[in-house]
Amino acid sequence: MKRKQVTIDGNEAAAYVAYRVNEVIAIYPITPSSTMGELADEWMSAGVKNIYGTIPLIQEMQSEGGAAGAVHGALQTGALTTTFTASQGLLLMIPNMYKIAGELTPTVFHVAARSLAAQALSIFGDHSDVMAARQTGFALFSSASVQEAMDFALMAQAATLESRIPFLHFFDGFRTSHEISKIEQLTSEDIAAFLNEELIAAHRDRALSPDHPVIRGTTQDPDVYFQARESTNHFYQACPEIVQKYMNKFYQLTGRQYKLFDYFGSPDAERIIVIMGSGAETCQDTVDKLMQEGEKVGLIKVRLYRPFSVQHFIKTLPKTTKVIAVLDRTKEPGSTGEPLYLDIVNAVFENGTDSGFKNMPRIIGGRYGLSSKEFTPAMVKGIYDELAKSKPKNHFTIGIRDDLTHTSLDYDEDYTIESPFGVRAIFHGLGSDGTVSANKSSIKIIGENTPNYAQGYFVYDSKKAGSVTISHLRFGPKPIHSSYLISRANFVGCHSFGFIEKYNVLKELVEGGVFLLNTPYEYTKTWDMLPREVQQEIIDKKIQFYVIDGYAVAREAGIGSKINTIMQTCFFAISGVLEKEEAITAIKTSIEKTYRNKGEEVVKMNFSAVDRALEHLHKIKVPHSATSSVKKSQTVSDKSPQFVQKVTAKIISRCGDQIPVSALPFDGTYPVGTAKWEKRDIALEIPQWDADICIQCGKCVAVCPHAVIRTKIYEPEHLKKSPATFKSIQAKDKEFEGLSYTIQVAPEDCTGCGICVDICPVKNKAETRLKAINMVTQQPIKKDEIQNWDFFLNIPELDRGRVKHTTIRGVQVLEPLFEFSGACAGCGETPYIKLMTQLFGDRALVANATGCSSIYGGNLPTTPWTKNKEGRGPAWANSLFEDNAEFGLGFRLSLDKQAEYAKELVKELESAIGSDLATQLLAAEQKDEADIFEQRIRVEALKQKLQHTNSPRAKQLLSVADMLVKKSVWIIGGDGWAYDIGFGGLDHVLSTGRNVNILVLDTEVYSNTGGQASKATSRGAVAKFAASGKPTAKKDLARMAMMYEHVYVASVALGAKDEHTLKVFLEAERYEGPSLIIAYSHCIAHGINMTTAMQDQKGAVLSGYWPLFRYNPDLVQEGKNPLILDSGAPKIPLEEYTHKQNRFKILAKTQPQLSKELLRLAQQDVYKRWEFYENLAAQEKKPENPNITKQETGR
Amino acid sequence: MDLSTTYLGLKLKNPLVAAASPLTEDIDNFRRLEDAGVAAIVHYSLFEEQITREVYEADHYLTFGTESFVESLSYFPTPSQFILGPEEYLEHIRSAKKAVGIPVIGSLNGHSDGGWIKYAKHIEEAGADALELNIYFLPTDLDATSEQIENNYLNILRSVKKTVRIPVAVKLSPFFSSFPNMAKRLDQAGADALVLFNRFYQPDIDLENLEITPNILLSNRNDMRLPLRWIAILYGRIKANLAATSGIHQAEDALKMLMVGADVTMLCSTLLRKGVGHASTILSGMEQWMQEHEYQSVQQMKGSMSQKMCTNPEMFERANYMKVLKSFSSKNID
Repeated sequence: MKRKQVTIDGNEAAAYVAYRVNEVIAIYPITPSSTMGELADEWMSAGVKNIYGTIPLIQEMQSEGGAAGAVHGALQTGALTTTFTASQGLLLMIPNMYKIAGELTPTVFHVAARSLAAQALSIFGDHSDVMAARQTGFALFSSASVQEAMDFALMAQAATLESRIPFLHFFDGFRTSHEISKIEQLTSEDIAAFLNEELIAAHRDRALSPDHPVIRGTTQDPDVYFQARESTNHFYQACPEIVQKYMNKFYQLTGRQYKLFDYFGSPDAERIIVIMGSGAETCQDTVDKLMQEGEKVGLIKVRLYRPFSVQHFIKTLPKTTKVIAVLDRTKEPGSTGEPLYLDIVNAVFENGTDSGFKNMPRIIGGRYGLSSKEFTPAMVKGIYDELAKSKPKNHFTIGIRDDLTHTSLDYDEDYTIESPFGVRAIFHGLGSDGTVSANKSSIKIIGENTPNYAQGYFVYDSKKAGSVTISHLRFGPKPIHSSYLISRANFVGCHSFGFIEKYNVLKELVEGGVFLLNTPYEYTKTWDMLPREVQQEIIDKKIQFYVIDGYAVAREAGIGSKINTIMQTCFFAISGVLEKEEAITAIKTSIEKTYRNKGEEVVKMNFSAVDRALEHLHKIKVPHSATSSVKKSQTVSDKSPQFVQKVTAKIISRCGDQIPVSALPFDGTYPVGTAKWEKRDIALEIPQWDADICIQCGKCVAVCPHAVIRTKIYEPEHLKKSPATFKSIQAKDKEFEGLSYTIQVAPEDCTGCGICVDICPVKNKAETRLKAINMVTQQPIKKDEIQNWDFFLNIPELDRGRVKHTTIRGVQVLEPLFEFSGACAGCGETPYIKLMTQLFGDRALVANATGCSSIYGGNLPTTPWTKNKEGRGPAWANSLFEDNAEFGLGFRLSLDKQAEYAKELVKELESAIGSDLATQLLAAEQKDEADIFEQRIRVEALKQKLQHTNSPRAKQLLSVADMLVKKSVWIIGGDGWAYDIGFGGLDHVLSTGRNVNILVLDTEVYSNTGGQASKATSRGAVAKFAASGKPTAKKDLARMAMMYEHVYVASVALGAKDEHTLKVFLEAERYEGPSLIIAYSHCIAHGINMTTAMQDQKGAVLSGYWPLFRYNPDLVQEGKNPLILDSGAPKIPLEEYTHKQNRFKILAKTQPQLSKELLRLAQQDVYKRWEFYENLAAQEKKPENPNITKQETGR
Repeated sequence: MDLSTTYLGLKLKNPLVAAASPLTEDIDNFRRLEDAGVAAIVHYSLFEEQITREVYEADHYLTFGTESFVESLSYFPTPSQFILGPEEYLEHIRSAKKAVGIPVIGSLNGHSDGGWIKYAKHIEEAGADALELNIYFLPTDLDATSEQIENNYLNILRSVKKTVRIPVAVKLSPFFSSFPNMAKRLDQAGADALVLFNRFYQPDIDLENLEITPNILLSNRNDMRLPLRWIAILYGRIKANLAATSGIHQAEDALKMLMVGADVTMLCSTLLRKGVGHASTILSGMEQWMQEHEYQSVQQMKGSMSQKMCTNPEMFERANYMKVLKSFSSKNID
């Protein structure tokens, strides 16, 4: 049977098989493996059947730990079961993995291998996670390419059923999981024929059943545990042969032969590299080249790492081997070597002279490719060169410059083995312009319309707004083993003109190569707009230079800013990879396929874009000399701190790979206040203040997600040297009479979301479309506004004591200590964080759960967390996803203990300190900011008094004196954390009664991993893992917390009632126990217009979907009901809120009846919840029994 | 007494038809309308904007922000799974057809000759007995000539007629320089009926918020005068059926419309105001009047007061203007 050639990524390749051979799949999102679960859920939703003719059951769990438990249970009761995971997720599965292996239960876990969080989190690929599971008793089975991910998934399934040993099938995160490649797809018949039905039946026979009951999971004592643990040895001994048997059977089926250890290289090789994962592909590519040059080199690809077959390995190793380099894609600090290295050392030396070597080979180990660090042929060559030395360096690193402990190998970075055949193209695009989608489509077009092989790999930056993408595409007549980025491109497309001013986009382009630039200028004028260095490089490399104004074509065609099909058409027209006509037909077919379900108009618009593209494509006649006066822009200002210039700027300018080890902090500690130096300049339009009609309400400042709109109230004398276009008016509030007022926008930090304009309540009476703040084109005013912003920053802040902290109008002048984050333009979460920093930032500590907020808060190169002029600001840390509440509680315990200790010392040293000061220090309640300010002065006085004292107790007091000033602990995270994976911890922290403030940024999905359903997702909303709409109601976290009766609980929606949000933040912080704020956070994953998202918040509250309330236990002592409803009964039907959001709307398009029913139930959910809260709020409360003490109430 | 009439080739038990309105969004109302005695129901409209802009928006928000950030390369399940066409509308027609025995007329509302027209076919396939094409065009372009606009109407009609086999009615506004000529050309282009008239929603101003607000004004009884005149003028001069709509609130209104030549009379505002059951009041009122005045059938009275058939045809013309003015001034003088 002829098999289909498909262009898919590694995740899909593995999931394709996993879905077909299993009956139950427990899933949980984690990058980079989430796609496998998403696909499985989508297939289930679409009714795709497995090879047994039934639709697998997919269940999302609350964590990977939960998924592993569910898998274990499903296996125990006889279903063929799997799961997908990575990184920390795999770590959470480890306890169950011991159990599953200990009970000899066949299953395959598919893992997109990823780094583990250590000094920092990284979502990228290496083997740290799988190596941390190597001791569980699971077989570790490594595939190295997209084709192999599919092949190994099947072989693993067959082998686990026969060997009874559970398998962990892994492939490299991103490099394989996200690489798109043309592969041969196994058919369902292939899969069915490959599995032994009797073994499946045997698995079912072993299942727990009341029809033939047994017990499993006993507790064993010293007498038998040991022996029982040894009783499975023979299963492990037999496993390698079973795997090899299925590898041979697979060869019979497909013609692709795999071995436990695959050897490539000269038969008499002397220098050998041992490696597993995608890096093996790079090595194979390089070995081919080196062998052509007569080098005696070889490569062993490790396929089955556990159980490790020494015998098979020794048999594979050429007897001519003199020296071996074992490459580990992991780091085990403090070990005598990384795991694979130690295994190989052991394999060779355990066998000793029996191995058949004349002289025992020398073995060295090295680390490479951590966190998807590039691993290139140049590095492989470097390692072989090292092996040729008489004393090669052991425990080396490759691909970095280690100037600290000097582990790194030097190598020739310019060495390349890129084939002269085929097309290698690099595209620099903006996330929003559709470049990646177009390239994915090009790969499919070439993969499916020509005999050529195709490969695509995509690199993204760390920002969610205005992000940059780089696509690497290879097409060629031979299978592509190049699992590394393109270093020699014959085509470079730059889809945004701004890039050429910031980065060297031509670096990889070969001499005579083609450069296609999307220009906003007329084609005749574009050459003169290029920076001089770029002109020179084009001339020197004899580059064929093409330009197109893609945005103009897109506008004409009516497709907005999506220039994807336009640039794609140009690529095909110039690159010659297909005949022009053939290419255009193929592009149109692809457009039709992509858009046909979205309406004919969309197809037509894209067709029109394709047709217009070629008319607007121009080849530029390159002059003989460079004449431009345009200079490349500076990455960061000269005024920025040393660290920013030395490290941060390099990362920003995409030169982070060049940073040596010594330049990076050892312990993951980084300075705050760095986002302000990264002038991203991404907004085409920015807001402009109309001072004449502004009512100074401060709403624009409150909602700005990026803190780019600021207000200052100041003495008019500061205006003396103001720039000509700087705007200032008299402050309107009485208490600020005589002072000046300015709203200023940071032009290069704004993302252009427009949410400020939408919220502005003022209309220009002469032209009602205008407000007191309006979006205008950035370019013409940029220069002036940069000057104005700089001037504005130097105006002194107003004394916080003069500001009303209880009104949005007042708070607008408080300095935010969270600014210019890389969150999505119009983000619904960040305004809450910003507000927190305005109010309490100078005394806040933040524990941040992994998720969107930890990414825009802490993804290098910069951080939005910053400090004030006194050097105070929020101290921020991210521990993990699941433990954030506990992590934050740890802060509180530590602070409380140290404060207690400090107080004890103050009492003890009262005579030295002075009785008045000591009494004041101890008595200060610090209920408000003024009081805290006073306490800081007292602590300073205390320090002055103690600084010359030599007593050890005084020194101890000095070390904890700052703890006498009240600290505000904030535990921040999303709903995935609070409702799901971190709920157990959150619940416990609430129960302790400790004074922490928990802020749940509730987007109702796992936003950061791409919108998977959480328990906060509402009934009827479509999300990943809920492709048919979530069938159950949103969990009522607030109600659960209220039941403790000692927790301050509030529900807020800034866009609906900003003053309420402010009040809640103040009350929650003031409350001397645990506070839980659940904040409605609109999100890009809702499928909404982000500019008008604050209106959605209004709709949410009006419809009763998101009631506003406060539950304040302090009110009980006053004899009042602690629950106050701050919004009214539902006033509009739920549908008026939901119909504006794609997450609800799309179900109506696919399953209208189901959508109707779910929305009907969702409306009932709204009424029922409202009724419950209304009843609760109406109950009469009696004052608390004064005989019950605070401790007894949990406080 | 024979109340039956023929409209769009459909034999109807009486001339009362429920016009396209929000009432028909609820399938139960189809049953109630049938119970109240209406002879056919025009389903609420599928708008061109639903097919084009809304679908485009749905696609936009499915893909907005995708392929930008490495951990969230998309935010929804694969878009290819979604059929973003107006499935819900078609499903509604299917349900309506199942719910009632009387004819259900689909309604397609738009203004340009575009891809949306193919939904006429889908409406036919969903089981609609006929189609009402509501061409709702409001010219704002100073350069658009009346000829261009009129041709646009004809092109849309021709495209739809090519697409479907079921009869097609065209619902029109009265704003043409020569309405009879427009009616004739539509007739020649294959319109099986003309529905007179469409009432434009007129925007209003919200003074407090300085916003333009969409405003649905229900008709009053005087609004029937406009269609009454034009139906009277067109009756017997074109092949297409004539349906009267706007301001028909009572039995007398319906009778007048039939007398000037309407084949059916459509009810909308009055049902929205007084409820679906009001249709039965109108129907019994008509029967009673016809009995009292010894009419045997609707057919008998149809067109009897049209310009062609009446005693003083000039009353429908400019001469009428003078009489009105005179009567007005004399009334005021008295």
